[in-house]
Amino acid sequence: MSRPIIKPYMMPRTMQEIPFGATFESGHLVEGNAGWRTFKPEVDQEKCTLCLTCYLVCPDGVIFKKGDQLCIDYDFCKGCGICAHECKFDAIKMVKEEI
Amino acid sequence: MSAAEQHVFVSGDEAVAMGVRLARPDVISAYPITPQTVVVERLSEYVEDGSLHCQFMHVESEHSAMSAAMGVSATGARAFTATSSQGLLHMCEGLHYASGSRFPIVMMNANRATAAPWNIYGDQRDSLSMLDCGWIQVYVEDAQEACDMMIQGYRVAEDPAVLTPFMINLDGFVLTHTYELVSLPSQEEVDEFLPPLETENKMDPLSPKSLCITIGPGLDQEIKYQQHQAMMQAEEVIERVDREFGDRFGRYYGGMLEAYQCEDAEFILVATGTTVGTARTVVDALRSEGVSAGVLKLRYLRPFPVKQLGEYARKANVIGVLDRDISFGMEGTIFTNVNSALSRCGSALETMNFIGGLGGRDISKQDLTDIFQKMQDQATGKKQPHVQFFGMECETNE
Repeated sequence: MSRPIIKPYMMPRTMQEIPFGATFESGHLVEGNAGWRTFKPEVDQEKCTLCLTCYLVCPDGVIFKKGDQLCIDYDFCKGCGICAHECKFDAIKMVKEEI
Repeated sequence: MSAAEQHVFVSGDEAVAMGVRLARPDVISAYPITPQTVVVERLSEYVEDGSLHCQFMHVESEHSAMSAAMGVSATGARAFTATSSQGLLHMCEGLHYASGSRFPIVMMNANRATAAPWNIYGDQRDSLSMLDCGWIQVYVEDAQEACDMMIQGYRVAEDPAVLTPFMINLDGFVLTHTYELVSLPSQEEVDEFLPPLETENKMDPLSPKSLCITIGPGLDQEIKYQQHQAMMQAEEVIERVDREFGDRFGRYYGGMLEAYQCEDAEFILVATGTTVGTARTVVDALRSEGVSAGVLKLRYLRPFPVKQLGEYARKANVIGVLDRDISFGMEGTIFTNVNSALSRCGSALETMNFIGGLGGRDISKQDLTDIFQKMQDQATGKKQPHVQFFGMECETNE
């Protein structure tokens, strides 16, 4: 599965590098979660059955399967907690972010 | 001249519609009622009878007409729309959006008065109030030029160095609703002159782009600089395209401006649109009486022909500028632009502003003869206000 890639943005140094006509490449992500998450989901891989209910309900599409592991893309997870709320196996816990 | 050329007796509006048909737009979006002209009516008939393969979108307002045209252009297709007066004003937000997005939309505008008071007749207060929208603006004199500029307009607008929307202005009623003989080039020749639009500035599933993006203080100014550069480069493209058009179709319009009897003229009247036709006749009459008069037809107001204007002004004694508009509290907008251009060219020439023809008032030969007389009076020391209204029905207190 393809995941978003974070590409640093270099400020243009010449007029030729300025975006033309207020148009720019779509999906150019310059940074991950900007620190607005208070709780983050943590997966207990032992309890997880890979039913993928969390994948279906995640509003940001940050949950994915890698082999037999359930993974969360913390660069883009906003910490809404829907996955933990919906998990029937109590495999996802919301844990306070440490700053 | 081509063998396949056709001659038709049509109104200015119909000449526009025929020119647009030859330019093969992919989508026409238009609000079909007042202040619309018959341009889009004819075009809808062409789509209906199959002589123009194009989508015709009836939209609910001019704001939507421009928004739809932007959507069309954003897919790399050729867009056309037409409007007039209040409709143009209603489009204003979209005009800036279209030029900032660098969409080469071509639009016909019938120059008509702006309310209040409500008035549907001709003057140029509508488009002149939109000079800063980032659109190329050309003003045409007759139906033939109107038709031809629809074809030239796409060539200029779509040039990779330009990619800027293009507005063709026709004086309301005296040009849009009067009939003339117009020579129509053949479709084959126009197709050779104007190939289909090819641009990188479009939505593309293979290379997804975000259009009309948000840009903060960090780069917004550079984007505007880029837009200004494109408009400045348009000057050269306008000249080149007009020459090429002239070589192919036999009608060269002078590029940015056309000078009539200006080479040795002491008294030059700067005018736009249909007034130029009347002015030519007046200049001929004055010349036969020994008055050294000339008329400069300003074709493009954006970009503005600064250098060319400066060259013609060098030998003149007085320059008069005819404005069918008024920027209340100042002067005519064309006058402001002409003065700025002359000052940048180092000219300290006497200039006078003649404001009239508002709300559809006719500009007669007598009016223009009087204007030339006032310019001569100014030269002989009979000083007058630099900004004056002409053709007033009532006494003024000045």
